[in-house]
Amino acid sequence: MVNTKVTLSGITLDNPVIPASGTFGYGYEFAEYYDINMLGSFSFKGTTREPRFGNPTPRIAECTGGLINSVGLQNPGIEKVISEELPKMREVFHKPVIANISGFSVDEYVYCCEKINKEDQVGIIEVNVSCPNVHHGGMSFGTSPEAAAEVTRAVKAVTSKPVYIKLSPNVTDIASIAKACEEAGADGISLINTLMGMRIDLKTAKPAIANTMGGFSGSAIFPVAVRMVYQVYEAVKIPVIGMGGVSSAEDVLEMMLAGATAVQVGAANLVEPFACKNIIEDLPRVMKKYGITDLNDIIGGAHK
Amino acid sequence: MKQSLFTIRKNESLTSTVFRMVLEGETSAVTGAGQFLNIKLDGLFLRRPLSICDYDENTITILYKVVGKGTEVMSEMAPSVSLDILTGLGNGYDTTKSGDRPLLIGGGVGVPPMYRLAKNLINEGKKPIVILGFNTKDEAFYVEEFESLGVEVIVATADGTLGTKGFVTDIVKSLSNYTYFYTCGPEPMLKALSDCTTTSGQLSFEERMGCGFGACMGCSCETKYGNKRICKDGPVLEKEEIIW
Repeated sequence: MVNTKVTLSGITLDNPVIPASGTFGYGYEFAEYYDINMLGSFSFKGTTREPRFGNPTPRIAECTGGLINSVGLQNPGIEKVISEELPKMREVFHKPVIANISGFSVDEYVYCCEKINKEDQVGIIEVNVSCPNVHHGGMSFGTSPEAAAEVTRAVKAVTSKPVYIKLSPNVTDIASIAKACEEAGADGISLINTLMGMRIDLKTAKPAIANTMGGFSGSAIFPVAVRMVYQVYEAVKIPVIGMGGVSSAEDVLEMMLAGATAVQVGAANLVEPFACKNIIEDLPRVMKKYGITDLNDIIGGAHK
Repeated sequence: MKQSLFTIRKNESLTSTVFRMVLEGETSAVTGAGQFLNIKLDGLFLRRPLSICDYDENTITILYKVVGKGTEVMSEMAPSVSLDILTGLGNGYDTTKSGDRPLLIGGGVGVPPMYRLAKNLINEGKKPIVILGFNTKDEAFYVEEFESLGVEVIVATADGTLGTKGFVTDIVKSLSNYTYFYTCGPEPMLKALSDCTTTSGQLSFEERMGCGFGACMGCSCETKYGNKRICKDGPVLEKEEIIW
């Protein structure tokens, strides 16, 4: 028997596998295909104060080993998420869930976190300061230590739940931003969000994405994610949720060796609807292969 | 939705760029005309969404045009190759609203889903009129297949090398005895049909997709009935709900 249980801020997960925000909706799309209660947890679709349609289409462009998306935080707004989406989600998922919150101002983050704080099923609030798809929005908070710390402090003041700050990789010094969040009271760090990317259609000689640029994700970004998780683990004492291109049980182990306590799976869900299920089912085999009996033993293992 | 392995049984060219592929596998998730498949291809990250032309208990037929890397790879595949495919995607056409004499209008690569739809309507005792539009005779395909269903088939080519010279809309404008319409094709054609038809109808849309099963919001569009995902709430939308 192997132990796959890990703990994030006092919340024990059956395994470290968590579908990443924006690739799993509110869970019920996937619940049609398998029992999603096998997941460690999941991070639901990024939520803002106002309803958002998001960016014009095309929002998707293929890349080698990944895709660029510029969905632009399409969501029904915090009120409807709470009144319509969460009740539906509760029917198919019975574990603590991660609420992903985005905003265009500190006030907006505060507003949404205050609301979501009252939801019993929310175990962790994941504050996205890094979505690269909204103009004058999330990006600026995630790219400076001061702004990231300001959001962290403001959000921590209005919630009793653990707050994890989701960081952008599009920065020069990820460790300093993570450190600033920790000092401002963050309970954990999630990283990485997508890398800014762009494709140009040779037939039209125009950007492939209507919004010109978007967030690049998929297996191609895995080495960048591992590097940044490694750097952040060195810089902070709070737990790290690692993500970016994870698509196999081996990737989960690698991310944990870099310093992740839990691991999110994003783009892989879109091309392989059973990606998380497959990874969870494969974990014990791969752990055995590498002589691992307890996943907790390998967190940050590459630093020793 | 169902994920399963299919084996290519046939992969043949119909024109210089359009191919027919017959896939053998588990087809129980396919519930109607107008749905699509999402095919995983080695070396390409995203699956390729392709409309279903016809299906039975153990095969699915697709007609596809080589337009990019994915379809190019597909066109070179030999029979017996196996493919990881998601089936049962999309809402498909609702035949209950058709009336006795619906128009089925396919333009170019929008022709394939009309084939199964015509079969279904015939089975329901209706008398569809099929209008197929192509640029030129050399690009036309499936005209005989439609004719052999025993329905009225009208072909329009832009250059007049086959059938009537002109667009499908020219033909639609000349007809008055139809009860409803169903269409699939390039968006300018869909818009023109929405404008020139005198009845209600259903139009199938194309959009760049991430997942194809409703998770990523990559293919969202705004409609009069709220935001919809082309892959899950579509690809078929009703004329009345579309915001052009």
